[in-house]
Amino acid sequence: MSSATGQQHPLGIYYKIWTLLFVLSACSYAVDFFNVQGGMRWFLVLLFMFLKAGFIIAIFMHVFWERLALAFTILGPPTVLLLLIAFMAIEGNYISGTRYLYMGHDPNAVALSPSDLHGAEHEEEEEH
Amino acid sequence: MSEIAVNELVRHGGLDGLADDWSADKQTYHVPWGKAMMWIFLVSDTFIFTCFLTSYLHVRLTTTEPWPVQSEIFALSFGGGDPIPLILIAIMTFILISSSGTMALAVNFGYRGDKVKTFWLMCATAAFGASFVSMQVFEWSKLILEEGVRPWGNPYGAPQFGAVFFMITGFHGAHVTVGVIYLLWVAFRVKRGYYDEKGYEIVEIAGLYWHFVDLVWVFIFAFFYLL
Repeated sequence: MSSATGQQHPLGIYYKIWTLLFVLSACSYAVDFFNVQGGMRWFLVLLFMFLKAGFIIAIFMHVFWERLALAFTILGPPTVLLLLIAFMAIEGNYISGTRYLYMGHDPNAVALSPSDLHGAEHEEEEEH
Repeated sequence: MSEIAVNELVRHGGLDGLADDWSADKQTYHVPWGKAMMWIFLVSDTFIFTCFLTSYLHVRLTTTEPWPVQSEIFALSFGGGDPIPLILIAIMTFILISSSGTMALAVNFGYRGDKVKTFWLMCATAAFGASFVSMQVFEWSKLILEEGVRPWGNPYGAPQFGAVFFMITGFHGAHVTVGVIYLLWVAFRVKRGYYDEKGYEIVEIAGLYWHFVDLVWVFIFAFFYLL
């Protein structure tokens, strides 16, 4: 089909998808900029990620127009990876649970930020 | 060679037999062989990057130290103003998306036989890629020299943060660097008319690699920087 003569499509679709990718990237960044947290953050970030990835694979990489033999070769094997991710998530949750339980770490500890650290640096300078 | 060994060779067909067995079958993929090989490479690369991201998932789940807050670490202030969260990463993301667009157009103009436009669009793509890598160099040097982040520790929290950061962004940056060289190589061959008779599938093949690099960044941006 189209593969015999190469992937030749109207330019318009590339401009549309390009614009869409910009909008989706802006949406992803907006999630962080407006500091959306919790379940909503996960939902929005993953939604925009999958939409972006889908449009890049389908349109820019032309998988949408490829014959199924090639499309399944590309998309099939990586689905096995979902199993790996699921196993590692279950295992990781279990390990962290036992570590908090038996090793006495604080599950609610908060990481330091650059501003904390640079603040501390200035205090030291004043002491000298 | 003994007669038995010769007979064995005939029965097995040797290397010629191996080639025959694989090529005697019906063609499966109705695309140029280079494109099929590029796809197979990209699928294998998918496995490598997924292994990295999955190990990141695992160390982040299992570490008992708090995970550093990415949006504060990758914040940047301009002209002494308040730091804007993740701004450099956002700019890098937009640069890579821009380069993906110019690459897609280059593939299209390649198949139209418009060598001049294809050449310049590929050069633009490579320039975007080079600016991406240089911003990554800036980001790395800031984290290493000013913030003291190391693969084995950092001042904020979980020491695994540095290992994951350098491994994943380093591997992706290496892919971008190789892609820039590859694109320029193909672009100059296009300009010289090297593909006039062979056809312009090579531009699409190089494009597949470049879009893949962008695709990996979509996942890194989401999982490493945003979540």
